[in-house]
Amino acid sequence: MMSQAETSEKPQFIWTEFVIEASIRVLGFSTIGFVLLIFLFLLLEGVPVFWEVPLKNLFGTRWYPNFGYFGTLPLIFGSAFVTLTAIIIALPLGVLTAVFIREVAPEWLREILKPMVEVLAGIPSVVLGFFGMIVIAPLVRVIFNAPTGLTVFSGALVLAYMSLPTIISVAEDALDAVPKSYRDAALAMGATQWQTIWHVVVPAARSGIAMAVMLGMGRAIGETMAVMMVTGNAARMPLDLGSLFMPARTMTATIAAEMGEVARGGIHYHALFGIGIILFLLTFIINLAAALAIFRKQRRGGLR
Amino acid sequence: MIRIASALLGLSMAVLLAACIPQPSSSKLHDGPRRTIENKGSDTLVNLALAWAEIYMERHPDVRISVTGGGSGTGIAAMINGTVSIANASREMTPVEIAAARANGVEPEEYVVARDAIAVIVNSSNPVDGLTLQQISDIYTGKITNWRELGGEDRPIVLLSRESNSGTYIYFLEHVIRQGESRRDLLFSPDTLLMPSSEGITTEVRQNPNAIGYDGLGYVTPDLKVIAVAKDSQSPFVLPSVRTVNDGSYPVARPLYMYTAGKPVGHVEHFLTWVRGDGQRLTSRLGFVPLSNASESGESE
Repeated sequence: MMSQAETSEKPQFIWTEFVIEASIRVLGFSTIGFVLLIFLFLLLEGVPVFWEVPLKNLFGTRWYPNFGYFGTLPLIFGSAFVTLTAIIIALPLGVLTAVFIREVAPEWLREILKPMVEVLAGIPSVVLGFFGMIVIAPLVRVIFNAPTGLTVFSGALVLAYMSLPTIISVAEDALDAVPKSYRDAALAMGATQWQTIWHVVVPAARSGIAMAVMLGMGRAIGETMAVMMVTGNAARMPLDLGSLFMPARTMTATIAAEMGEVARGGIHYHALFGIGIILFLLTFIINLAAALAIFRKQRRGGLR
Repeated sequence: MIRIASALLGLSMAVLLAACIPQPSSSKLHDGPRRTIENKGSDTLVNLALAWAEIYMERHPDVRISVTGGGSGTGIAAMINGTVSIANASREMTPVEIAAARANGVEPEEYVVARDAIAVIVNSSNPVDGLTLQQISDIYTGKITNWRELGGEDRPIVLLSRESNSGTYIYFLEHVIRQGESRRDLLFSPDTLLMPSSEGITTEVRQNPNAIGYDGLGYVTPDLKVIAVAKDSQSPFVLPSVRTVNDGSYPVARPLYMYTAGKPVGHVEHFLTWVRGDGQRLTSRLGFVPLSNASESGESE
């Protein structure tokens, strides 16, 4: 190490610039490299499960990994159900909050609200999980007369809360990007402030709001700790609406709960990585949809 | 680039080194090298193992014992991989695990260190007092879904269990749900809530009048209601206690184990001997059942 340090100490000032530029480039590319390596690792460890376990078993409805049942459907449905419910709760709340902060709130209130929304994002998920377990779950059980409070709905409430900061700040940026001339034109036509917001500004920011929802969804589907503490982790098929007030087991919670135990290289180990691949693909699709929304937004910007 | 890389390398190595040195100031307090025992595994056993470690370290200041939980399977895996010297387990090692250990060049050594009753617990407002093993099995397989069928109120039953990496989960499945006949293909109902910790179970049972759960007797607090269990419909209902476990009348009790990689030597051997001797005085204080002369040899269930 010493000799290397000495050689680069030579007085060649063009070198230093080259070294700095090159190292920044390497660091930049290494991020992409790491993602590729992680994906490769995931594939190597997870793909074997697709021939070790018959597909009928793998996409069956029973998840008892200790006893040879590797049905991932309850886990996929569980994750999807919790995430969709969370988004249905968070979408109106998030968009309305963004509209309020951007369009309605006076300047001084906006200056208070914006940092507070950012603080929301900083609350550790395990704290929210604990809060969900001790406070939300008993409330859900009593209010909805459910057998237990550890349900899809409780998990969705916690997740909705966690994806709100993402949705609010991205949607707010989208509203901010709507040109002032749109608002002026609407007001000049005799529209009230609410008509301007609902019929002009929000529709113009549509694609940005769609992106906000997609990003919030990506945040929700990958969340682990809070979901594990609040949803009850029962690997049952949530097939009817009543399942909203029944427990469910998500993909992330399954990986987190079981990875510590499995023997390296066993079928169960491969199955958990297989779930990881499925989760990766789902998140990828959601992010892709978000990217497409951005693309549409940019094209709209180009047309105006 | 090289300079920055080597600087980064040096920095990360410094951080690593700093993290590796375990509190240099405390090791100066005692003469001679400190010897450490890493102890990991069963969450059922973790409180007892902590108590043992605390008392033993008081008497042997030259030995340092660190105890962590995580589940029997986690501890056994760590013992096989050589990251801990003692694995705590609330179940025997499986043939698969023993094979994995041998493939790793490790011959596991088994010690029974205490006995434990598994208590079936419900909310304190639940009027049901006693259940037979068959009834508990029917509850957990989803055949009985309402407390009304057991003489209780008209409430749905919410099933709580530990995660599948728990030794208690396996024991409960084999000895209560399947009642020892492992050829039967019964499993936990898919509606069973798998809780990541013992506290998760007790928290939910404490606040939910519909819930039923099971856990080591050491975890049961007075605000939970313990169900008396009968072997079959002819037998009496028995509450778990040190006495009923030792005389064999409480049917859901099991030995707890410590495993070492190969025959232990030196301070590890000394610690294990103490645990199985003088250390037994601590067990009943923590809600476990001490090894008696009668239960020394491996008792069959």
